[in-house]
Amino acid sequence: MDILVYGTINSVTLSLLSLGFTLVYSISRLPNFAHGALYITTGYFIYLFLNGLGLSYPLSIIFGIALTSLIGAMMYRLILIRIRGMEISEIIATYAIGLAMIEGLRWGGLRGTTFTLPSFASGSRDILGVSVDDQRLLVVVVGFAVFALLYFFVRLTRNGLALRGIAQDERAAMMLGIDSDRMAVVSFAMGSSLAGLSAALILPLGNIVVEAGYNVLVFSIAVSVIGGLGSWSGAIIASFIIGFAQILTEKFLSSHFQMVIALLAIIITLLIKPSGILGRQKELEERV
Amino acid sequence: MEARRKERIDRGIKVRSEGIYVVSSLKEMLYVAGPRVFLIAGLLLLPLVLEMAPYWKRVVNIMCVYGMLAISFDFLANIVGLVCLGGAMFIGVGGYMTAIFNVYLHCPVYLAIPLAGLAGASICTLLLLPCLSLRGVYFAIVTLMYPLLFTRIIEALNILGGTNGITGLDSFPNPYLENYVIIILLLVFVFGLRRLVDEDIGLVLRGIKDNDQSVKASGINVAHMKALAVFIASFIGCLGGAYLAHLYMWAGLSLFALDFSIIPIAAVTIGGGGSMLGALIGTFILVPLSEFLRFFGTFRIVIYCLILTGFIVFKSEGLLTYFARKYDQFERWAKI
Repeated sequence: MDILVYGTINSVTLSLLSLGFTLVYSISRLPNFAHGALYITTGYFIYLFLNGLGLSYPLSIIFGIALTSLIGAMMYRLILIRIRGMEISEIIATYAIGLAMIEGLRWGGLRGTTFTLPSFASGSRDILGVSVDDQRLLVVVVGFAVFALLYFFVRLTRNGLALRGIAQDERAAMMLGIDSDRMAVVSFAMGSSLAGLSAALILPLGNIVVEAGYNVLVFSIAVSVIGGLGSWSGAIIASFIIGFAQILTEKFLSSHFQMVIALLAIIITLLIKPSGILGRQKELEERV
Repeated sequence: MEARRKERIDRGIKVRSEGIYVVSSLKEMLYVAGPRVFLIAGLLLLPLVLEMAPYWKRVVNIMCVYGMLAISFDFLANIVGLVCLGGAMFIGVGGYMTAIFNVYLHCPVYLAIPLAGLAGASICTLLLLPCLSLRGVYFAIVTLMYPLLFTRIIEALNILGGTNGITGLDSFPNPYLENYVIIILLLVFVFGLRRLVDEDIGLVLRGIKDNDQSVKASGINVAHMKALAVFIASFIGCLGGAYLAHLYMWAGLSLFALDFSIIPIAAVTIGGGGSMLGALIGTFILVPLSEFLRFFGTFRIVIYCLILTGFIVFKSEGLLTYFARKYDQFERWAKI
């Protein structure tokens, strides 16, 4: 029973983590290798606002997420827009920015004492006979709320429909007067704020450590490759697969193998169905 | 205000020295051979010049290892079109393989390093094989993960010495051999790769980068050619790793360190991609720089990344292309 409960929690966590990466890739076709860095940076910002500036907790979370989404948007607007279309440069630039953020934090921010964020809810309750603390429940609730919000956002609002249009067919969308660069900025801001939101929710469960930046990146890439790069529903399904696989390995093997599972899953996906579970990219385009 | 533009014209000596008739004039022969001779002689003399500074001789060795990684990255990225974000994987696999051959199987150094190169290259190629038949970002993703994965596996299973690493590798018999092995290897691979790229097979590899459908239409197996390229590149990287392990007399988890992934990328971007020599120029700038920045610790990686991003956005041609243009062409303002 606890496998079911914790598996679900883990899966929702994973899909929250990877949603930002998938969103950015589906809209702007840019693999955002700075995703994990944005995640851990938000955690550091929130810590800084909370303890350095003495703001209240909700306010510092809002400011932290806002600052991260600003960084994401600036990253596209100032740097990536200039190298759009040069695949090699795109990959290298996002990777370099991400590394600079993570290693900069390791050097200047997160060292010495342990960094923790207080949890929003401290109690715990029984679900199906398993005791779960409220913070984890909150992650699941907010996770589902975010999925629902995104679902309605891309179907009901002008901007959301424009985003979906760009994701489906960039040229046709541009012909209808949708500015692809503006939408890419929006997608980067949204992806970064999703990374920030997941950081604000998940980081209170443990310490803020720099390595989390790499782990988040690896897991979100794994989830979006398995779900099919750029497919949102595929990413959610994939995060349930990986989430349960991780909980099972943790129970029967050891938690060290979580990353091995992620990579194995990627390789198996690439061998069997490279476009992922729900990937709509033509296989001809990927396989040569 | 009359409109002007800069026009570039090839120097006469460049045009004259393009064909076979270059051999008829000493000056033109010097013009062609000069930069290459300068590089070769400079590298070969470097250990002798630094005789009084043994520390810097060691830096030269490490610089050459990074140079090998950088040319393998350059070859993969700018010729074949595969971006390898985990050069540390080649170094790590090569280092651990030579440790296995040398410590566990008691091979002498001169046998262990080439064997480690071959075995390591085979392992790396095999591990990367699943993503070679695909286009797009998959290669970058998978190479990004492997160094992290190797570290985790070695830590978790406590194999190959665990976190302590494998100690007791043989060192090189004398310091001159130590210097010249890697310098000569580097020079051989730089000019070998440049030659390879100009051969028929290089044409096919560049075709894969530019238009893989047409390569496929010519009846050439793209995945097979990519595997061959990855084998060549990882062979170079693994040789560097094996050399490094013998230099430190130790193979440990720090062979999978991030520096080995990011410095070659930064070097190629700074030096200019596609010519292998640009990669060398980049390493010759970055690695001594990193010795001066040793005080900053991990902040060095931030500096590389910032330099790298700056170059990629504002000066994507790189230094070598810039200097080659100055060497081959002159510029003047012309009225439009």
